[in-house]
Amino acid sequence: MAVSDPILSRDAVAGRDGVAGAGYAIEVRHLFKNFGQQVVLRDVSLAQRRGEVVCLIGASGCGKSTLLRCINGLEQPTSGTVLINGLDLASPKTNIDAVRSRVGMVFQSFNLFQHLSVLDNVSIALRHVRKLPRAQAEEIARKKLAQVGLTGKERSRPAQLSGGQQQRVAIARSLAMDPEIMLFDEATSALDPELVKGILAIMRELAESGMTMVVVTHEMRFAREVSDRVCFLDKGVIVEEGSPARIFDDPQSTRLRNFLAQVL
Amino acid sequence: MTGLNNLIRTFFDLEEMVNVFPTLITVGLRNTLVLAVFAMLFAVVFGLLLSLLLVSRNIAVRAPAFLYVDVFRGLPAILTIYLVGQGLPIAGIAPFGRSPYPYAVVAIGIIQAAYLGEIFRSGIQSLDRSQMLAARSVGMTHHQAMWLIIVPQAVRNVLPATMNQFIIIVKETSLVYLLGLFPLQRELFSIAQDHAANTGNLSSLVAAGIIYCIITVPLTHLVNYVDKRLREGPKLVAAETAEA
Ligand SMILES: Nc1ncnc2c1ncn2[C@@H]1O[C@H](COP(=O)(O)OP(=O)(O)OP(=O)(O)O)[C@@H](O)[C@H]1O
Ligand SMILES: [Mg+2]
Repeated sequence: MAVSDPILSRDAVAGRDGVAGAGYAIEVRHLFKNFGQQVVLRDVSLAQRRGEVVCLIGASGCGKSTLLRCINGLEQPTSGTVLINGLDLASPKTNIDAVRSRVGMVFQSFNLFQHLSVLDNVSIALRHVRKLPRAQAEEIARKKLAQVGLTGKERSRPAQLSGGQQQRVAIARSLAMDPEIMLFDEATSALDPELVKGILAIMRELAESGMTMVVVTHEMRFAREVSDRVCFLDKGVIVEEGSPARIFDDPQSTRLRNFLAQVL
Repeated sequence: MTGLNNLIRTFFDLEEMVNVFPTLITVGLRNTLVLAVFAMLFAVVFGLLLSLLLVSRNIAVRAPAFLYVDVFRGLPAILTIYLVGQGLPIAGIAPFGRSPYPYAVVAIGIIQAAYLGEIFRSGIQSLDRSQMLAARSVGMTHHQAMWLIIVPQAVRNVLPATMNQFIIIVKETSLVYLLGLFPLQRELFSIAQDHAANTGNLSSLVAAGIIYCIITVPLTHLVNYVDKRLREGPKLVAAETAEA
């Protein structure tokens, strides 16, 4: 298991700059998000401790991706507050790019940089955001690629890899930045069934190593086994949240019962 | 028979062609290529900046850029070349002194920047928004994401259209004859044109035309090849992974 890897160990995650002392890793307060007339998120609040793994479940279009993008500031809330390690993303004093460089994001469609080799995909932010010299950045990148099982593919282009391999590169790209938080937006939804397992295993390892994670997923087994807490989102509202056991074995609302009946 | 002879003598008089050929090559071809390359450089740099303005989220930045593109694509090239090449020095804006040469470069560059700006803009906007999201998610600033991720991919997308524009520039350099170039500054067309005016025979123009075609036709085929290659993906690297 990767627990022995110092970069992923809990101490390393918790002991980094800016983290100590802050109450929650992620705090979302009364978040509203509109796209034009459409209200996509409605009074969403969420508080997540460091090391906690939260799974977001809900039907397509209920606002899961939008919520994730609000959490790392890729989307601006219409109103409400998002705090990362106690830093208000909307505050002019917050360096949003610096915050984002510590919040990894993995996308459904991988979103690798198509013009760059696998190695450059993973090392480019180290070089240009962290300002590391090339050799050092590539050394870290190689380590991260090895961690996700991609040794030997450094020179390939994304287009030459399978979906599963591309998603591994994407995860390595995020991990290379030594993130405090990882956001996964349906990381396995675009993958062939036989490739899903490998990605879920990497995510599970990360969770066990103490990474703070928000995972949007349709993999209910993963949500049940790995998450500390499950949030059920419906039409932009968190309808229910609780331990996996509570959500899956004892759903309170009809909406959640209907949703579970459809996906289980 | 005299009709045909007449035709051949007017357009394909070998002696006239041979007479003008050395000047066409040593002076004309050189100047055509120098003008085209510098105008292209100017247009690429300026067009790139323009395209960044064109995709700005700020309308106050975007609007002037669109106006620029509309105007310079809307004007006949000859008019712009005249206004810039003759007009600027007359108006007292003469950073390059009296030589018409740099003004010709600037004039063509200004026109072609409008075309290239628009080509680059479509190249940028054809890129999936997800590339920008991914770049920002690893902590890049908007600026870094633009220059490290978006622009390099956009350039690949627009390489064929850009090369095409270079072919157009090579031909467009012929319009600078109206700026009154010094003898050694003349490009292919003005040399051929002068020669034709002196001799009353058009064969020198045909000779110039042949040289234009020797440059532009292979370039056109190269563009088609690059276009096809970029769409089908790199072959060499594909073979490399197949081995791995
Ligand atoms: N940039 C945008 N502009 C306009 N509308 C948007 C935008 N992004 C999302 N939406 C709308 O917001 C709603 C929620 O979208 P979101 O992608 O957050 O849903 P989701 O829960 O992630 O769905 P899925 O499971 O299909 O990924 C949808 O109705 C979508 O059409
Ligand atoms: Mg989504």
